[in-house]
Amino acid sequence: MGLELIGLSKVFGGKNGDEPLHVLEDIHGRVEEGRFLSIIGPSGCGKTTLLRIIAGLERPSSGQVLIDGREIAYESDRIGLVFQEYALFPWLTTLQNIELGLEIMGAPKKERLAAAMDYIYRFGLSGFEDRYPRELSGGMRQRVAIARTLITDPKVVLMDEPFGSLDSQTRNDLQAFLLKLWDTQRVTIIFVTHNVDEAVFLSDDILVLSSRPARIIDRFQVDCPRPRDRTSAACNMIRKRVLEALEAQKKSMLV
Amino acid sequence: MKWDRYILPLALILVWEGLSLIRVIPSHLLPSPINILLGLRDLMVIGMPPGYLLPYHALHSLYRVALGFAFAALLGIPLGLLMGGSPRLRRIVNPVIEVIRPIPPLAWIPIAILWFGIGMKSAAFIIFLGAFFPILLNTVSGVVSINPIYFEAARTLNAKPKHIFFKVLLPGATPSIFVGMRIGVGIGWMTLVAAEFTGVKSGYGLGYMIMTARDIQRPDEILAGMLIIGLIGVLINGVLRAYESRVVRWQ
Ligand SMILES: Nc1ncnc2c1ncn2[C@@H]1O[C@H](COP(=O)(O)OP(=O)(O)OP(=O)(O)O)[C@@H](O)[C@H]1O
Ligand SMILES: [Mg+2]
Repeated sequence: MGLELIGLSKVFGGKNGDEPLHVLEDIHGRVEEGRFLSIIGPSGCGKTTLLRIIAGLERPSSGQVLIDGREIAYESDRIGLVFQEYALFPWLTTLQNIELGLEIMGAPKKERLAAAMDYIYRFGLSGFEDRYPRELSGGMRQRVAIARTLITDPKVVLMDEPFGSLDSQTRNDLQAFLLKLWDTQRVTIIFVTHNVDEAVFLSDDILVLSSRPARIIDRFQVDCPRPRDRTSAACNMIRKRVLEALEAQKKSMLV
Repeated sequence: MKWDRYILPLALILVWEGLSLIRVIPSHLLPSPINILLGLRDLMVIGMPPGYLLPYHALHSLYRVALGFAFAALLGIPLGLLMGGSPRLRRIVNPVIEVIRPIPPLAWIPIAILWFGIGMKSAAFIIFLGAFFPILLNTVSGVVSINPIYFEAARTLNAKPKHIFFKVLLPGATPSIFVGMRIGVGIGWMTLVAAEFTGVKSGYGLGYMIMTARDIQRPDEILAGMLIIGLIGVLINGVLRAYESRVVRWQ
């Protein structure tokens, strides 16, 4: 069970005589339920497009996405997406942003308030319930964005370079925080990044994409035991292999 | 202290008063500031025509503007939200708007009098026309310029149309709606006096007051009336701005 990508391809444009843009080419992949998959690839290769297809925001040109062996029903299967640019509603406070998913599900006011306050507490956002996104730091916004997605208890959470714009300290903190969360709430996570260290520290599995059009050029299983030590020999070993895969593909582009 | 903003107006008033004193400025064309203030006092205590006091003129004018503006907002905002959400509806409605919009509100006065007669209704109608288009067009552009990512974020939360409307579309367009309302009420207020020149004969209204003052050669009261119109305009804008900054605190 889990999520399966079957031969996903995506071509943008090509109508009205403009040059078609091949973004994804025959992407096959699979995440078992409750596992943490990272997708790593050079910038502009089509990572966001892939997530948008999985989230149902974009239709693939061919191929399909299956959940538990069947086609996704987006009305009932919850697929959460944490956007690359947060996409918090600027007109809603921290509390309202986090609550919204439950409000949409029709949860009674009392219940969703209690749930949201619990998330706010666990996400270290206490005292900022009534702040608007523009009044929050980047790290806080990202936590609100993650909380907003997780509170609806999705089957799969897609994260699009969620820590990409944060300084390295905040980034490390949030990585650790995310793993702690994932420990208590075993959702399936698909995490897009172009940072090899991040992928190795977080994931069970890693898919390496080529530059555009994105194809899968390698897959890795990260077997280092958790909690992980970023500098352990086992981690370094995987990191080296992932980097080599990325390098090899860069070279093949040059010849 | 931003005291420097008062320098120029004060200097101008002093020069004006001085030039009037030595009769360089003829007082029957442009009364001096002090005379305008005296005219203002006359408007307050004697009235123009006598018995018709300034505050009542102002209230009547405000009432007309409020009426026309309320209709403009009640019609313009919902229609603008619908048009913003539907490119199809925009395509259908836009040609009509493009033709009607450039007609100055005042050009409607004759037909308004024909339709509504002389009085409150036609004045309010003229103001409605002045306020309606800025409100409508700003509402449309407010919706259209919402970053699509917010609609997508709502979709990934499985939002239904109701939530998309109340949680994304409406709040996202609100700042622009306020801009439209402020422009609209401003144009409405500016249009009012002219509308009252011709449209109202009830005896109350700032436009009517000014015209009466002109009929009996009281330039001081004309200018005092103009001053009041300007000040009330500033006031209306200030009230809307204060309300706006409370509603869109998130910006
Ligand atoms: N709706 C669209 N129409 C046309 N082209 C698009 C569209 N969306 C994305 N693209 C193009 O597809 C390519 C891949 O974009 P995508 O955002 O998926 O890359 P990415 O790997 O997420 O990049 P980054 O690392 O910068 O986030 C880009 O060249 C982009 O211009
Ligand atoms: Mg991207």
